[in-house]
Amino acid sequence: MAHELENEDPIKLAEFQAKIDAEIKIEPKDWMPEAYRQNLIRQISQHAHSEVIGMQPEGNWVSRAPSLRSKKILMAKIQDEAGHGLYLYCAAETLGVSRDQYIQWLHEGKAKYASVFNYPSPTWADMGAIGWLVDGAAIVNQVSLQRTSYGPYARAMVRICMEESFHQRQGYEIMARLMEGSEAQRKMAQDALDRWWWPSLMMFGPHDSDSAHSSQSMKWKIKRESNDDLRQQFIDKTIPQAELIGLKVPDENAKWNAETNHYETSDIDWDEFWNVIKGNGPCNRHRLAHHIKAHKDGEWVRAAAQAFAMKQNNKLKIA
Amino acid sequence: MNTDLYKYTLRLADNSLILGHRLSEYISCGPFLEEDLALTNTGLDLLGQAEALLKYAAEQNGTVDEDYLAFGREEYEYANFHLVEYPNEDYGYLITRQFLMDVFNVVNYTLLKDSKDAMIASIAAKSLKEVTYHLRRSSEWMIRLGDGTQESHDKIQECVNHLWMYTDEMFDLDEVHERLQKEGIASDLSVIKKQWHAKVDEVFEIATIIKPELPKYSLVYGKDGGHTDFMGYLLAEMQFLKNRFPKEVW
Repeated sequence: MAHELENEDPIKLAEFQAKIDAEIKIEPKDWMPEAYRQNLIRQISQHAHSEVIGMQPEGNWVSRAPSLRSKKILMAKIQDEAGHGLYLYCAAETLGVSRDQYIQWLHEGKAKYASVFNYPSPTWADMGAIGWLVDGAAIVNQVSLQRTSYGPYARAMVRICMEESFHQRQGYEIMARLMEGSEAQRKMAQDALDRWWWPSLMMFGPHDSDSAHSSQSMKWKIKRESNDDLRQQFIDKTIPQAELIGLKVPDENAKWNAETNHYETSDIDWDEFWNVIKGNGPCNRHRLAHHIKAHKDGEWVRAAAQAFAMKQNNKLKIA
Repeated sequence: MNTDLYKYTLRLADNSLILGHRLSEYISCGPFLEEDLALTNTGLDLLGQAEALLKYAAEQNGTVDEDYLAFGREEYEYANFHLVEYPNEDYGYLITRQFLMDVFNVVNYTLLKDSKDAMIASIAAKSLKEVTYHLRRSSEWMIRLGDGTQESHDKIQECVNHLWMYTDEMFDLDEVHERLQKEGIASDLSVIKKQWHAKVDEVFEIATIIKPELPKYSLVYGKDGGHTDFMGYLLAEMQFLKNRFPKEVW
């Protein structure tokens, strides 16, 4: 990235940085360094893909939801995620890349999505844990991104955050209901927390010292807070929520430190983190294969819609 | 309990419940993201209608709640049309099934908003706004696919041909319906049949789809508790938690 910056006009670069420092949003038609554009193309598309791939683990339970209310809530939540994917693809398209191209990059493995969705959702309690922990972690990150320097991304985040906070509460409600239920239900809830706790903490990315994109992203205010700071905010918020309903996070070393006013926790198993990112998580192959299949199955529908639109256009021209 | 009214309420409810369930199964499988959103939205509307109707049925029953009716009944106690339990074979089947049912819903709810049963009338009036929008969408898709490419035309024609056998059930007048129709509670099936065909003809003509002329099939109708092979699998999935944990609250 440093090499690329050397090719940029130093005066324009200085003006750009001055705007960022003055908290003026960068808009699509404004000049921006190529590295800034590339960084956003990577980050926003990854975010969009995450929303869309994230529909799968929850879609896994929508046909088995146990009540009319929970079925409706889950469907509405997944629908929100699809909507978030749309806002984000639109924001990403303002950077000069089409949605088709982004999807192609996803299918070719050139673009990533949040690794957390490569874990399975074997029980109904996973619908609670995903909402509470995965959406809860996403909110911490996204609240921070509402102040990101790229205008379309920041505005998409404002809308998304409003809906995500509902999701988090809905997820927590599922967990709370399970904890008020039978022994089997309580066991189900604890098991889901045990499985989702560490993947949720991994969502904030590697330690700041190991993060490839962090320092330049902070300078350009694409990122506003460090991975470790955001992770700590999430830990501090979530452990008391778990305790309140009788759940215990799966970390023997988790304890409150009155001096720092933060919880201390064990370190993350980074080997697992990198292994799942490299494609070796329980569901990586399946998640991508599902998306590719749906896209391929829909090819004839998209072709028909396009052919029909062209026919209508020609009719209008003749008329 | 007025058993005729109870059965009729369940017939209406189950059509929405099962079709809404089928749409929920298709989440993340749409041909593009906007369509995924729209189908989920339609499914949500249908589940909302099912919930209102099942609540009404539960009130009439007096011993069960709407969740029991949705998730706790035996297969033969569900009273939906065969059409709505037909699986999501692909997008063509899904949208054809939707269109055929949307036309029925619009015609039916238009009549039912004047039902002498106040609750049915009120649910119908609310649902009519939703199903009118569903029909607009599914009609547009039938036209796009029918008059799109040769491939889409052939495919959608095949879907219409295969699903057509399930449409007879919509207009079958049995004693339950006849009695309620006389009381001004149920809609007039002869009117529904006429209007349904008129709307289907109108859309098929623009979509260049040929209306099949098939013989009447020997079916024990869904509304009488007879179901296709597909229903058992649908219920096994939908009732999974209720069957596994009958006493738990979620």
